[in-house]
Amino acid sequence: MTVMDSGEEISAWSTLKRGAEISPELKAGFAGTLALALLGTAGRVVVPIAVQQTLDKGVNGPHGVDLGFVGAMAVASALAIVVTAVSSYLMTKRLFTTAERGLATLRIKAFRHVHDLPLLTQNTERRGALVSRVTSDVDQVSEFLVFGGVIGIISIGQILVATLIMLFYSWQLTIVVWVCFAPLFASLKYFQRRLSDSYGVVRQMVGQMLSVVSEPVVGALVVRTHAIEDRTQSRINESIARYQEASTRAQSLTAVSFSLGGLSGGLANAFVLVVGIWLSQGHLGGGHLTSGDILAFSFLVTLFVSPVQLGTQVLTDGQNAIAGWRRVIGILDTPADLDDPGPEGIQLPRGAVSVEFDHVDFAYPEGPLVLRDVTERIDPGTRVAVVGETGSGKTTFAKVLTRLMDPTSGTVRLDGEELTRIDFASLRRRVVLVPQEGFLFDSTLLANALYGDLDADRDGVRRAVDELGLGDWLDGLPHGLDTRVGQRGESLSAGERQLVALIRAHLADPDLLVLDEATSAVDPALEMRIGRALERLMSGRTSVTIAHRLSTAQNADEVIVFDRGEVAQRGTHADLVAAGGVYGRLYASWVAQQSS
Amino acid sequence: MTGTAAADPEGATLMDGFRVLAVAIRREPWIFTLSTLGSVLFGALTVADAWVLGWSTNHVLLPAFHHHRTTTSGLVLAVIGLFVGVAVLRAVGIVARRLGAGVMQYRLQAAYRREVTAQYLRLPMAWHHQHPTGQLLSNANADVEAAWAPIAPLPMAVGTIAMLVIAVAQMLLVDLRMAGVGLMVFPLVTLATLAYQHYSSPLFTRIQALRAELSEVAHESFDGAMVVKTLGRESEETERFAAKAHELRDLGIRVGRIRAMFDPLLEAIPNLGVLGVLGVGVWEIRHGQANPGAVVTIAYLLTIVAFPIRSIGWLFGEFPRSVVGFRRVTRVLEEPVTTTYGDARLAASAHGAELVVEGLGFGYPAGQRLLADLSFTVPAGRTVAIVGETASGKSTLTTLLTRLVDPDSGRVRIDGTDLRELAPGELARHTALVPQAAFLFDDTVRGNVALSDDVADEDVWAALRIAQADGFVAALPHGLDSRLGERGTTLSGGQRQRLSLARALVRRPRLLIMDDATSAVDPEVEARILGGIRRSRDSGDGSEAAGSTTAGSTLLLIAYRKATIGLADEVLFLDGGRIVDRGPHEELLARNAAYANLVNAYEAEAAEEVAP
Repeated sequence: MTVMDSGEEISAWSTLKRGAEISPELKAGFAGTLALALLGTAGRVVVPIAVQQTLDKGVNGPHGVDLGFVGAMAVASALAIVVTAVSSYLMTKRLFTTAERGLATLRIKAFRHVHDLPLLTQNTERRGALVSRVTSDVDQVSEFLVFGGVIGIISIGQILVATLIMLFYSWQLTIVVWVCFAPLFASLKYFQRRLSDSYGVVRQMVGQMLSVVSEPVVGALVVRTHAIEDRTQSRINESIARYQEASTRAQSLTAVSFSLGGLSGGLANAFVLVVGIWLSQGHLGGGHLTSGDILAFSFLVTLFVSPVQLGTQVLTDGQNAIAGWRRVIGILDTPADLDDPGPEGIQLPRGAVSVEFDHVDFAYPEGPLVLRDVTERIDPGTRVAVVGETGSGKTTFAKVLTRLMDPTSGTVRLDGEELTRIDFASLRRRVVLVPQEGFLFDSTLLANALYGDLDADRDGVRRAVDELGLGDWLDGLPHGLDTRVGQRGESLSAGERQLVALIRAHLADPDLLVLDEATSAVDPALEMRIGRALERLMSGRTSVTIAHRLSTAQNADEVIVFDRGEVAQRGTHADLVAAGGVYGRLYASWVAQQSS
Repeated sequence: MTGTAAADPEGATLMDGFRVLAVAIRREPWIFTLSTLGSVLFGALTVADAWVLGWSTNHVLLPAFHHHRTTTSGLVLAVIGLFVGVAVLRAVGIVARRLGAGVMQYRLQAAYRREVTAQYLRLPMAWHHQHPTGQLLSNANADVEAAWAPIAPLPMAVGTIAMLVIAVAQMLLVDLRMAGVGLMVFPLVTLATLAYQHYSSPLFTRIQALRAELSEVAHESFDGAMVVKTLGRESEETERFAAKAHELRDLGIRVGRIRAMFDPLLEAIPNLGVLGVLGVGVWEIRHGQANPGAVVTIAYLLTIVAFPIRSIGWLFGEFPRSVVGFRRVTRVLEEPVTTTYGDARLAASAHGAELVVEGLGFGYPAGQRLLADLSFTVPAGRTVAIVGETASGKSTLTTLLTRLVDPDSGRVRIDGTDLRELAPGELARHTALVPQAAFLFDDTVRGNVALSDDVADEDVWAALRIAQADGFVAALPHGLDSRLGERGTTLSGGQRQRLSLARALVRRPRLLIMDDATSAVDPEVEARILGGIRRSRDSGDGSEAAGSTTAGSTLLLIAYRKATIGLADEVLFLDGGRIVDRGPHEELLARNAAYANLVNAYEAEAAEEVAP
């Protein structure tokens, strides 16, 4: 489906190993935690056995109540209870601490890495899925580690300890018990696979359902204006029903697999009795077995059954948790397509930037070339307009220029330095792209503007607004700079969002400003005013403006015309109009639109 | 628990939790009964296991040892049959309990999700605007899940109570004094469980909220990836996320500390109870007040119920989250639907609709962006353009014309009928709005354009052609069947706008409202779109098959560009929420300087450039 999901699924063991590598906190003190768990487990087995022995030998014995024995057993039990309590207190505390620390690290690393994933990945992968990797997937792992993990460790420990004690009583009966459980253990793999498949379906269905359920909220306007409430509701109901069905199926499988442990337990109890009697009659060297031994043994079987049942349950949860873990690791193991040379990289000095494209090609994976052999130079301090039809490669040019993507082949240089060798921090300080979609964070207008320059203050923002000639607009807002912009900035109109994005970019004070149709939703008079303001503010710096309104091109020092991924023409507006060609055609249609 | 309620306004008492459970049981009485019976069966058979062991001991084991009698095959079969029979029945009980609990939970979740989304579809846009998207989505998802989370442990807890009643009765019958000591275990376990709830439930509530906040940060940050990246703000974003992640981690560790205290305590109490019973039992036996069998029975009963008691704790543990979730969901469901409809219907007609706006006034609750006393008429089949600066109230006007909101004063009439008197769905049958921001459904291209199953592919293609979207749709890997991902992110802004336009055109609206609907489209393409719309309008009713999508329809345009405005018979010039001038484009250009300034901006700029 995506880059992240492709390739071989790594095994559960490698997932755990890789997970521990990513979150080294998980390994810290693990041996100690395990030792405490075993100690607690031993205590847990000792108490019921001591009680059973007391009842059997101390209270119900052949010579009536044996006070000494009862006393000794009571002391031993009390001791075991205390030891168990203390060790499980320490173990739980340690487990929670290491698990929570380790998973916070995993979460943060994964979040940081998502921002390094190529933009193209972010476009094809559903964003919701990326969010769930750093939220619910990690939560699932964490819940498993602290709840299932405890039960899992205890269960395995208890199975081992119970087996050891059973061996002490009778190796023959121990084999009988294990043989009764063998079909269960053998079927585990089958059930685990079925369970893991059916929970996979559940997860898929939940994803689809969440997407469709969001429609009446996110698409409220379209639903209402087209009166498709019924259709929307039936789509929702269908996806809800599909999710419900998948969950029910997974739940029945879980219930059946959980109940199997009890069946094996019943078999084991029956055969322990029957075989025990047979053995006690001198067969297979079991002649020393007494009726008390056999009863004690059947008591041990119950100690064996419950951890097996809990263990299979934990195994199922564990599979889901490991699948979640694998998905988070999958993100971290997807290579970032852009290598940040870091502080060791080249630091660009301040001052107007020159741009060089040297035989640059760009293609999306398995796609055709979107940029083809582009070789252009933009001198420092020039204002360049980039025009062309939809799909001609203008936006790709801007993204390659600002290193949102690296070219498939060829080189881009800023100030003569290869773009790939420049420190990201330095690059982002000097070069700013303003995309068409003015995305705002759900906060105030002021906070959004400050995103451009974290060191600026309120006055600085106000100054920037005035410099762009947007003072009147700002004063017209009910709360001025303190106006809340809503989610994604949706309380403002598309044009206003673009204004905020421009203020933000202006505050960032770049030496190369790249505008990708950054004023497309603003009214013409305001667009022109902003254009003039930017011209003033950017004088002595370099600017590249991608525009579908040719008025921008008319004002630029130079125009680069793209056509099907190639630079078709370049020159001043006047020269290009005279030359005809692609630009001539674009201009003619622009003029026709303006004067009709 | 009550202490929590006092500290936290969202806090929930045990009573509140039981009320939510009562709702669940009322809604799903049969499945609840079935799963509870399964659970009781399980409990009864757990006790029966002891009986089977006792029977086998007395009838098979002891005779075999004491009398050295060879066990008959009949008895062997009886032992095996009893043990396996009980085990099978118990397995049936487990399946009934677990599956029943699951089915009940999923059914309730599904029902409430359906109801919440249906309510979203009924509630007016104004209500939607007042509630953040994230909150509404979590009402339909996380809150519904939280509300019904206690259903999973419910049958087990009820079964346990049944088991407890039997066990307690049995203990009391056997020996009052020992039973008294043993029974102290139950209040102690309950007390410890309640104390655990008291300390942990505020943390769990906070964790729940924090998870939502964390998810919001991640969502927003990934949504705004372009801004983050272009401004190099990855570290700041990571810090923002890490702050929440660390808070979550610290809360998790605090929960761990509390659990570390209570888990061993809850486990130790029944064990201590058994020791207590042994102590009293030994004393009683020595004083001849009890026989050894009584001690065995009571100790055994205590050990069987000790573990299941905790399922009642699990049930209570889900209460706080459940109550909060249920309240949040109920708040949505109980929201009064204020939009009222009449039963008026508009006559079907091949011609455009007449739109009359009379004294329209509107202001948001915060008091900004007023539309004041707007009056105008768009005669059937005519085209009117609304022109105004950014933020002059144009988009607000479109929401009133399509009845996404109702005006504070004045009215909007279509073909003479007030929009408020129209039957539900009637307005949409005759009008279509193409909004500035295109929204695409997680559906195929066909589904996105047709929005129903009974639109012929030719009509979809015809609409796509006029919207200049046929080219790129044909180039998609599956044509009309291509899926558009979550919110159509795989298409460019211009392509999305064109699909959104095609969606409006395919419905052949008698009134088409375009709110700057081609802003992200190239001039050449835009010119072709507008040309197509004009041609199909002019060609009249005769050429339906050729895609006369908007034949004869009335057109209301919100536009900046002269080519778009040029389509209009009349222009309304909007400023500060009022119509400051109206008339044909040429006349306005000639007499209104502000208007000329606005629409001529590009040319003026070009002229300025050429002049010096």
